[in-house]
Amino acid sequence: MAEPVLSIRDLRKSFGALKATDGVSLDLRPGEIHALIGPNGAGKTTLIHQIAGGITPDSGEVVFLGEDIGALGVAARARRGLGRSFQISSLAPEFSALRNVMLAVQSRQGSSFRFFRPVMKDRSLTEPAMAMLERTGLAARANVPAAELSHGERRQLEIAIALALGPRAFLLDEPMAGMGPEGSRALTAFLDGLRHEAPILLVEHDMDAVFALADRISVLVYGRVIATGTVDEVRGDAEVRRAYLGERP
Amino acid sequence: MSTALIIEQLLNGLQFGVMLFLMAAGLTLIFGVMGLINLAHGSFYMIGAFACAAVAAATGSFWLGLAASLAAAAAAGALVELAVIRRLYDRDHLDQVLATFALILIFSEGTRWLFGSFPLYLDIPQVLSGAVDLPGGARYQLYRLAIIGVGVLVALGLYYLIARTRLGMRIRAGQSDREMIAALGVDIGTLYTMVFALGAALAGLAGALVGALQSVQVGMGEPVLILAFVVIVIGGIGSIKGALVGAVLVGLTDTLGRFLLPKLFAAFLGPSEGATVGAALASMLIYIVMALILAFRPKGLFPATA
Amino acid sequence: MSRERAINLLLAGLLLSVPLAALALGELFYITLATRMAILALAAVGLNFALGLGGLVSFGHAAFFGIGGYVAGIFSSHAFNQTPLFSWPFEFFGSDQMPAIWLAAMLISALIALPIGAISLRTAGVYFIMITLAFAQMIYYFAISWPAYGGEDGLSIVVRNGFPGVNTAVPLIFFLVCYVLLLAALALFALVRDSRFGAALQAGRQNETRLAAVGIAPFRIRLAAFTISAAITGLAGALLADLNRFVSPSMLSWQMSGELIVLIILGGTGRLFGPVAGAMLFVLFEFVLGGLTERWQFFLGLILLGVVLFARGGLIGVLAGKARHG
Repeated sequence: MAEPVLSIRDLRKSFGALKATDGVSLDLRPGEIHALIGPNGAGKTTLIHQIAGGITPDSGEVVFLGEDIGALGVAARARRGLGRSFQISSLAPEFSALRNVMLAVQSRQGSSFRFFRPVMKDRSLTEPAMAMLERTGLAARANVPAAELSHGERRQLEIAIALALGPRAFLLDEPMAGMGPEGSRALTAFLDGLRHEAPILLVEHDMDAVFALADRISVLVYGRVIATGTVDEVRGDAEVRRAYLGERP
Repeated sequence: MSTALIIEQLLNGLQFGVMLFLMAAGLTLIFGVMGLINLAHGSFYMIGAFACAAVAAATGSFWLGLAASLAAAAAAGALVELAVIRRLYDRDHLDQVLATFALILIFSEGTRWLFGSFPLYLDIPQVLSGAVDLPGGARYQLYRLAIIGVGVLVALGLYYLIARTRLGMRIRAGQSDREMIAALGVDIGTLYTMVFALGAALAGLAGALVGALQSVQVGMGEPVLILAFVVIVIGGIGSIKGALVGAVLVGLTDTLGRFLLPKLFAAFLGPSEGATVGAALASMLIYIVMALILAFRPKGLFPATA
Repeated sequence: MSRERAINLLLAGLLLSVPLAALALGELFYITLATRMAILALAAVGLNFALGLGGLVSFGHAAFFGIGGYVAGIFSSHAFNQTPLFSWPFEFFGSDQMPAIWLAAMLISALIALPIGAISLRTAGVYFIMITLAFAQMIYYFAISWPAYGGEDGLSIVVRNGFPGVNTAVPLIFFLVCYVLLLAALALFALVRDSRFGAALQAGRQNETRLAAVGIAPFRIRLAAFTISAAITGLAGALLADLNRFVSPSMLSWQMSGELIVLIILGGTGRLFGPVAGAMLFVLFEFVLGGLTERWQFFLGLILLGVVLFARGGLIGVLAGKARHG
C-alpha cells in the first residue's frame, strides 16, 4: 500500500471538561477521498483546525508528506501543500473573486515581499487565477467583489482558491453546505475528478455526496473515531448505525 | 536607606496603584461588557476632580464635593452613553477611538471654557489631614492611607456586585453572550447605560481623591487614562481581577522605580549622571514591564475567557 | 478618469496653488500654512500604510513623528555647535543637510518601529491600539526626562537645515521640497497598494484567516508595513521640525497620535488622497476656527464626532462615493 500523504496519530484536544478530540488517528492515502462524518458537535471542524494549524492539539502528531508539521503555523502548513476550504466561507470580502484567487497564486509563487509591480498587470498572477475560476465555473463573475457573490458562488470560490495553491492534499470542510441539490450534484462530479490531483479529506453532512464520493469513511462521535472503512463496511457497522445513522437494531 | 523610607515608598506605590485601579476597573468593565474602547474615560476623571473642587470651594465641604464628583461623573457618563456611545457598539474600534477622541476635545475645551485655564486647588479634609505612625518609625499621610482604604472597599464592592447581585449576573451574562442576555428579557440598553455610568463614577471618584493631592486642571485625565490602559493590557482586558493586580503592579513598579533606579545608577555612574540615567529609565520602566509581560502573555496575566 | 482621480488631481493642484497665490498676494504666512498641510499630509500618508491598507490602528505614530523631529533637531544642533554626536567608532558631528537628516530620520524611526511592532503585532484589535499608545507615551516621557536635548522645553533649530543647490530659507522653496516629498510618498503608496505586498496587506485587513490559509503569514507582512509606515511618518517629523525650527516632546504626545488618525478619517479611510484632504481640512479648521474662537478644539471635536457618526467616508467619501477595489 502507498505511503499515506497525511497521517494523524492519537490527536487529543480538550476545552475544559469537553474532550473535543479524544485520541483520533487517521490516514489520507494518495488518490482517495476520505470522508469524515459524524453528528453535530462530534469535533469534525475542531479536528480540521488542528490539521490546518489554527488550533494546537494537547498531544498527538500530524505528519504530512513524511514531515511532522505539528509545530508549524497555519500559513506554513498551507505552503507545504495543505489546501483547505472553510465550513463558513472565509474570503477577502472587498476583493474581487479574481483577486481572491490571485492571492493564492501569489503565495504559491513565493515571496509576497514585492512592492512595486501592480498585480492586476501581472499575467503570471491573473492567468492562473482566471484558469482556476474557469475550472470552477466562476469565470463570468471574476470581477465581482466576494461580498457580492451568492452563497453558492462563494463556496465555489473557496474551492478555486484551494485549487490555486496546487495543494498536495485538500481539507474540505462541508463544501456542499447550503448549495442546493443542483449545486451539490455539480460539485460532487467536480470533486470526483479532483481526487486524482490530490487526495481529499472531506467533512460533509450530505450523505448522498459522501456515499457517492468516498473511498473510505471515518465516523467521528464525541471526539472519537468509532469506525473507519469502505462505504459498505461503515454502512454495515452496527455501532455506526446505532450511534449515528439513528437506526434501531 | 531607612526602613521607614521604604515603607513610605511602598505605600505611595500602593496608593498610586489603587487610584489606577479605580480608572482601570471602569475601563475594563466597559470593554468587557460592551466591547468598547473609551478614550474619554480620562474626561470623567477630570470632571470628578473639577466637580469636587468647585463644590468644595463653594460649600467649604470636601464631602459634599466628593458626592458632587460621583454625581457629576456618573451623570456625564450616562449622558454620553445615551447621546454618543450607544451608536458606537456595532462600529469597529477605529470609529470608537475617533469618536471618543472627539469627546476628549469637547470635554477638555468645554471645561476650560467653564473654569478657565488656571488650575483649581482642593484641600485635604480636616479629619484626614495629618499623619499616622507606622511600625518601623515611619509616619505616613493619613489621607493617602484613606485613598488606599477606599480602593480596597471599591474592589470588594465590585467583587460583591459582580459575583453576588442581579446586576452583576446580568453583567456576566452580557460579557459572555449578548444575544443570550437580550433573550433573557433584560433591557440591554439600560444595562449598558448603568455600567457606563458606574465606570464613569469610579473614574470621577479617582479624580476627586487625587485632586486633593495635585492641582486640578484640564488634561489631568489622559496621562492617567493611558496608564490605566497599560494596567488593563497587563491584567487582561475585561478582567476586574486583572485590573487590580495590574494596577498594584504598575503603581509599585513606577513608584519604586523612580525612587530606586536613580540611586542604583548613581552607584555606578556617579551621582549626577546616574540620577539622570536612572530617572530617564524609571520613566520608561512600566512600559518595559508591559512589553516583557506581553512578550510572554500576549493576552495579559488574566485573560478573560471568551 | 474616475471621479476619485479627478478629485485627487484637484486636491494636489489646490495645495500647490495656495503658496503660489500667497506669493502673488504677498501674504507669505499662507505659504507656511500650505507647508504645514503638506507635512501633516505626508505624516498621515505614512500612517495610512498601516491604518488604511493594513487596518492596523496605531495610536502611537506620534512616536515616529517626534523621533523624526528630534533627529533633525539633534543633527543640526551638533552640526551648528560643532560638537560630536558620538565619537566611536568614528567622530560624527551631525549634519545640517536635509538628505542626510531625512535618511537618518527614516532609518531610526524604522529601527524603533521594528521592536514596537514586533511586540504590538502579537496582539490585535483593542490591545494593539492601547499598546502602541503606551509605547509612544514611553518615548514621550523619555524625551521629557532626558535633559541633554532640552527635555520638557524642547530643542531649537537655529538655522533651517539646507538642501544641496537650493535655499531652503525661502518659504516657497521649502514648501516645494515638502510638496515633492508628499507626491513621492503618494506615488509609493499607490505602487505598494497595487503590488503583491499590498494585496497581502489588504487581504490581512479584510480577513486574516483567509490570508494565512493561502500560506501567507500576516505577522511579517504587517510588521513590514508598520515599519515602512513609521519611516515615512518619521520623515514628515523631520520636515515639521525644520518648518517650525523647533522640536519638543509635544510632537511625541498622544494628542499628536490622535490627530494623525483624525487626518486620515477626515479625508477618507483607505483612500490614496485621504490624508491630503484630511490635512488640508484640518489645517483650515485650525486656522479659520482658531481665528474665530480660542476654543476651536471644542468645535473640532463636534465636527469630528459628526464625521464619525454620520459621514463615515470622510471628505473624499462624500465627494467621490463608495471606495472601489479591483
